[in-house]
Amino acid sequence: MTYLAKPKLHHPSLTRNAVGYTRRDYEGKVSTLCAGCGHDSISAAIVQACWELDVEPHRVAKLSGIGCSSKTPDYFLGQSHGFNTVHGRMPSVLTGANLANRDLLYMGVSGDGDSASIGIGQLVHVIRRGVAMVYIVENNGVYGLTKGQFSATADAGSVSKKGIKNADEPINLAALALQLGATYVARGFSGDKQQLVPLIKGAIRHRGAAFIDVISPCVAFNNHAGSTKSYEYVREHNEVVNRLDVIPCKSEITVQYPEGSVVDVEQHDGSVLRLRKLAADYEPTDRIAALNHVLAHEARGEVATGLLFVDAGAGDLHEHLNTVATPFNRLGARELCPGSAILDRINASMR
Amino acid sequence: MSAPASLAAVNDFVVKFANVNGSGSASANELFAKSILRMGVPVSPRNIFPSNIQGLPTWYEVRVSEKGWLGRRGGVDLLVQMNPQTWAEDVVELAPGGYLFYDNSKPLPLSRFRPDVNILGMPLTEICNRTYSDPRQRQLFKNILYVGGLAWLLGMELPVLEKLIGEQYKSKEKLLAANIKALNLGYEWSRENLEPLGLQVRRADAVGDRIFMEGNTAAALGCVYGGASVCAWYPITPSSSLAEAFQTYCKKLRVEPETGRNRYAVIQAEDEIASIGVCLGAGWNGARAFTATSGPGVSLMTEFIGLAYFAEIPVTIIDVQRGGPSTGMPTRTQQADLLSCAYASHGDTKHVLLFPEDPTECFEFAATALDLADRLQTPIFVMTDLDIGMNQRLCAPMKWDDARELDRGKVMTAEELEAGRDFGRYLDVDGDGIPYRTYPGTHPTRGSFFTRGTTRDAYARYSEKGPDYVYNVQRLLRKFETAKSLVPAPVVQQSDEKTPYGVLYYGSTSPAMAEAVEELDAHGKPLDTMRLRAFPFPLGVREFVLSHEQVFVVEQNRDGQLRSMLINEFDLDPARVVAVLHYDGTPITARFIADAIASRMKPVRVMPLAGRAA
Ligand SMILES: Cc1ncc(C[n+]2csc(CCOP(=O)(O)OP(=O)(O)O)c2C)c(N)n1
Ligand code: SF4
Ligand SMILES: [Mg+2]
Repeated sequence: MTYLAKPKLHHPSLTRNAVGYTRRDYEGKVSTLCAGCGHDSISAAIVQACWELDVEPHRVAKLSGIGCSSKTPDYFLGQSHGFNTVHGRMPSVLTGANLANRDLLYMGVSGDGDSASIGIGQLVHVIRRGVAMVYIVENNGVYGLTKGQFSATADAGSVSKKGIKNADEPINLAALALQLGATYVARGFSGDKQQLVPLIKGAIRHRGAAFIDVISPCVAFNNHAGSTKSYEYVREHNEVVNRLDVIPCKSEITVQYPEGSVVDVEQHDGSVLRLRKLAADYEPTDRIAALNHVLAHEARGEVATGLLFVDAGAGDLHEHLNTVATPFNRLGARELCPGSAILDRINASMR
Repeated sequence: MSAPASLAAVNDFVVKFANVNGSGSASANELFAKSILRMGVPVSPRNIFPSNIQGLPTWYEVRVSEKGWLGRRGGVDLLVQMNPQTWAEDVVELAPGGYLFYDNSKPLPLSRFRPDVNILGMPLTEICNRTYSDPRQRQLFKNILYVGGLAWLLGMELPVLEKLIGEQYKSKEKLLAANIKALNLGYEWSRENLEPLGLQVRRADAVGDRIFMEGNTAAALGCVYGGASVCAWYPITPSSSLAEAFQTYCKKLRVEPETGRNRYAVIQAEDEIASIGVCLGAGWNGARAFTATSGPGVSLMTEFIGLAYFAEIPVTIIDVQRGGPSTGMPTRTQQADLLSCAYASHGDTKHVLLFPEDPTECFEFAATALDLADRLQTPIFVMTDLDIGMNQRLCAPMKWDDARELDRGKVMTAEELEAGRDFGRYLDVDGDGIPYRTYPGTHPTRGSFFTRGTTRDAYARYSEKGPDYVYNVQRLLRKFETAKSLVPAPVVQQSDEKTPYGVLYYGSTSPAMAEAVEELDAHGKPLDTMRLRAFPFPLGVREFVLSHEQVFVVEQNRDGQLRSMLINEFDLDPARVVAVLHYDGTPITARFIADAIASRMKPVRVMPLAGRAA
């Protein structure tokens, strides 16, 4: 049932955004995931974020690894090129794709098995390099696709559906991303679209390595009592540190905000991230404070969500490598090949 | 003790330098080799070095051959012994009547010498200690000093050496003067104390316009000329200097003049998996990308290689082969990655391999590989090795045709899509097995597709249906057929007389083979030769085998890997192809090839080979 086409007739009430697309234009194939899978909600949030930000679908490249989560790029942005790579190695492919054409938006979608187990090395290095991307981990604490084995984000002591107890310590991906130098770090919950859509929008507007850890319950293998990645658990233990609104560049700021602590962070492209702080002590531009906050909550059994850290002036890999403005894939022989006269000189120097 | 006989030869001998790694001998030895070249006499130097940075033994073997034989000869005529650690094993290698040059600052017991070789002592340490106060200079100038000493002994032209030093230290006046002084000091001491040897270098005109360069440098330049803009790599001997050379050349040749910004990106990745992943991403997105590695790296890359094969993504992999398996002999040469590259990754896979014979072909084939990768939308391997990659080799100058364009293969443009051209990513429109692709971001509503390693139909839609799968893998076979007409063709050389014997070889075996064929021919054993330059093999290869009674397949690996591929691809009778295998990590020699072939020729005729003492 993977390629049952959806009716493409546009409902007249579907409004068009500034670039002329309806929300439907951002959808993809019909999902083949289990009904109620958190991953599908994340796909919907991506669709909404792209539509609201007037992102042209074909200017997005979607990349993923292998897993239920990694299948999802087929289920959103059907007009974009997608690349389902190999298990755990999406980050390197995304890095190369980004080098080849700096003008596209790179969206990497992965799972906790993909990113925290087999692919943790690549996750680490893609962040270190500051590749401009939106990297989303759909984190359910299990290997969904291979039917419920533990991943490296499963809590120590948690029990699988098959009754096996996990003795290994979990990896806190948000903390890891903070430590590695990601310049935009957020955590969301697939069941809280209100919070998730702005987090994705902020990441899209960010120039640099943007990382979002999204708790995304697996209804088939990890939604039972005692699981810290279940709907139930996250709803009860979610400590929202802030509420984010993304105000695209040059648009009038008209949204009304309630009283309280509000922080505006202007990003590179002129867009504004407006943070309504819920935790009074929270400082989203201080990496160390953010790390402390995340770990302190973890120690209390709470999941800190929201925009955890942003460095609005971040640079990216292209800046570090001082590459030309023209995408590499548009350079031809004239720009790339030094020609025979220079080769003759090189020959002469070799005699 | 009677005086030993003395070897006598002009422009035809082997000098071996035995040094300690990290002692600064490398540049002095290179100076020695290059100055002979400048006198118009071909040389072929080879580094024999350990997997170590400082302290372990290292050798530099220079074959001087006016006839132009560039393969390793075997045997040593003059030993420059600068490393007490290896004294005993080095001295054994010397030919009777050969020469042993050493630092005699400290006396050595007679028992350490051989009565049948000539002893040449030069008090290098003593002269250095007398002349220099800085301990570093004392060590470094010892090397230049012995070059000066050898210049006198071998009749080399001092002004040639001085000119070379001048070129090397062009902008460093102080170093230049000090080096020239040390060179002359050595020369003068030698002239006053020693007689010239029976081995002499005499000015000739046998070099022509050839250049002297390492294969890795040449391959790096091939990637620059071939339009690679992305290089991702992970350090591994003997390939590291390739990626490093790419970066060095790009710094000079790939900077946008108006902005000072780079038209290239080099990523030193966290491992080889990431290296090839980066290349795949770049290739998928329309930039030319390559990685340089060696056997262990290819092993790590195999999952991605399968993806590139099946999802049809261009990528160029330069495998500078070393001794395997496992870490094997990291600083020794072999041709032992053929099977692991040709059929890399799980499932039914086959990949295109190119076999350069020397730096010139490293340059050409690197650029060709980038074109082929785009044209065929698949991984292309350039199978070079340590012998070619890390030794300076005398070879034809590199050539480039300025009219040459980058062949980007079948890429559908926005205009074509707009005009309504049907686009099926895996549709065989032209019957050559090669489908069309689009770069991401080309058109707002047409031409996008989902790339995956799972089965799909001709329109890139996920499918596990048998016929869809079979369509695809059959098409991949058609594409492999198409490759046969696009890869560099074999080079055939017919002997003057008709002969039932043929020989197949490839890559770095070339120079030794040329010499062996001449030697066999001189002994009434003519051979037709075919040098393979690529896999898949064109049909002509099969005909070559079938038109000879006995065909020798000469390789530098244990298992006869190319031979297996020939048998496998052409369904050949294994008895027709006789393996001649050399795999101890040293470069194959003409003597070895000639002996092995002569002794296996049917009917076996015992024939003495005029070999030099070894
Ligand atoms: C090299 C390799 N090993 C194992 C697998 C099998 N495999 C497929 S998906 C998966 C785990 C996916 O887990 P996760 O990334 O958390 O995704 P989820 O299904 O939970 O969304 C595994 C082990 C594979 N595809 N490739
Ligand atoms: S197995 Fe789990 S992760 Fe996979 S689709 Fe079903 S609910 Fe989602
Ligand atoms: Mg998972």
